[in-house]
Amino acid sequence: MQNLKRNKMNTVFEKQNRSGPILFSKYDEGSGIEKALSMDRNEILNELRDSKLKGRGGAGFPTSSKWMIVAAANDEKKYVICNADEGEPGTFKDRVLLSEYPELVFDGMTIAGFTIGAEEGIVYLRGEYTYMLSYLESYLEKMRQSGRLGKNVLGKEGFNFDIIIRLGSGAYVCGEETALIESLEGYRGEPRNRPPYPVNTGFMGHPTIVNNVETFALIPHIVLKGGTWFCENGTDRSTGSKLFSVSGDCENPGVYELPWGTTIKELLAIVGAENAKAVQVGGASGVCIGKKDFNRSLAYEDAATGGSIMIFNDSRNMLQILKSFMEFFVEESCGQCTPCRIGNVKLLEGVEMIEKGEFTFEYIEKLKDLGRTMQIASKCGLGQTSPNPFISTLENFKEEIFKSKAEGALT
Amino acid sequence: MLVYEKNAVSELVSDLTEKYGKKRSSLLPILQEIQQRYNYISDFAQQEVARMLDIHPVEVYGVISFYAFLYDKPRGRNIVRLCKTIICDLAGTKAIADAVKRELGIEFGDTTKDGRVTLEYANCIGMCDHSPAMLVNDHVFTGLDPETACKILREIK
Repeated sequence: MQNLKRNKMNTVFEKQNRSGPILFSKYDEGSGIEKALSMDRNEILNELRDSKLKGRGGAGFPTSSKWMIVAAANDEKKYVICNADEGEPGTFKDRVLLSEYPELVFDGMTIAGFTIGAEEGIVYLRGEYTYMLSYLESYLEKMRQSGRLGKNVLGKEGFNFDIIIRLGSGAYVCGEETALIESLEGYRGEPRNRPPYPVNTGFMGHPTIVNNVETFALIPHIVLKGGTWFCENGTDRSTGSKLFSVSGDCENPGVYELPWGTTIKELLAIVGAENAKAVQVGGASGVCIGKKDFNRSLAYEDAATGGSIMIFNDSRNMLQILKSFMEFFVEESCGQCTPCRIGNVKLLEGVEMIEKGEFTFEYIEKLKDLGRTMQIASKCGLGQTSPNPFISTLENFKEEIFKSKAEGALT
Repeated sequence: MLVYEKNAVSELVSDLTEKYGKKRSSLLPILQEIQQRYNYISDFAQQEVARMLDIHPVEVYGVISFYAFLYDKPRGRNIVRLCKTIICDLAGTKAIADAVKRELGIEFGDTTKDGRVTLEYANCIGMCDHSPAMLVNDHVFTGLDPETACKILREIK
């Protein structure tokens, strides 16, 4: 396959020239662990609380609360799980972090192990990223040889920690933390009822923290430089920086590290997409934002996102985009609970009706109601968020979608 | 299935059970390795896994049918998964899909007669910044056009 090298992704990963306030700043391998081991467990938890770090997977649960519950739990076994099942359409930040900054992710997991008193870390890597497996395994081996993993990590008496990597098998819903745990335990990846949360009853019934790749990658920096330093970036309620995976109609797609609170307009200027018509924030399960709202800022309190930013310009058909998202959810719904299993099919049928021009506005309103019901009644995040694109796209782009259809019906 | 084929399967399953441990949480890695070796997980292999892990075969089948990357029917030696999610789609998935279908003479979801290639769609494979993209087994190819995609398919054995 010599002549095809251009198209094939490298399997030897090298850092690219990236810069950013936190994650893409300088970091010496292992220095975060070293600092953490010299600290008291409660000190680390306090720094984490001061940083007000929230989970970077999208849901935004305060990381320190999660860790404190598990640290306080009384159980002989605890687990640290890294959620690398990055399946949200338009998200690829974890791919960049794992392939270019594995030291941050694994050091973060080790610090987590020390803080909560766990000895085992598991990375749940999505099956689509199998090509990274051998590289990551060899990096872990390197860590073991330099004493950053294994018995008595970096000479710290009594702290043993090791990380294993487990592969997913192509199920989007396994990015949901309880489904991920089910999958690790060898079952169908169907979400569990919450509560109990994994912090109490997680992997194999033991207290478990499940965090996103990006969350772990931030930990070494917070430990080294402190929680207050971390708060210098971002807004009051969304501290620090965020990796944005930008794709679609722009000049420079890729991963950008920007402080929270950046407005959509600013982001579009950075990536070279001033002629954008719509921005889908938060992947398929996010919301579709039109030009008039480009002043909204990217933050947990405004337009929240796990990192996915998809940009569409004037030439794109919003209905086609919406249809693609709904098809995605119909395929990826695990089928366990009724609102999600049937609701998504009904919403997709609704989109197809609009496409053909065979709809009534009354029925579309009913479907929006159905969507709002799904947001309340579904068991996990998939069904609770899958109506978002349906409701937001039909709301924000109703002129484009319904006007062209009405004209089409006349001719 | 011939007796010596069955024996080979049993041996593989017992090796894998030893490697990952005789517990339910080993099920997925075991199935993934069987899949890698045989391109699918036969009824017999499912029964063997169930026997070794001491669970009901239906449990094993239930897991296989849940995951998109595990198969209970024979698949080709190479599995090609073309990303069809919106960003790749807008960058030209359809043209590539049409070209690839013509080139191989099969539809999506099918396997070529010689068992060389199985063609499938995949949901977002995390390559939106280099779209359109496809996975060939464990390797990812990006920035495709119809011609290069077909060239790649011709070169896989």
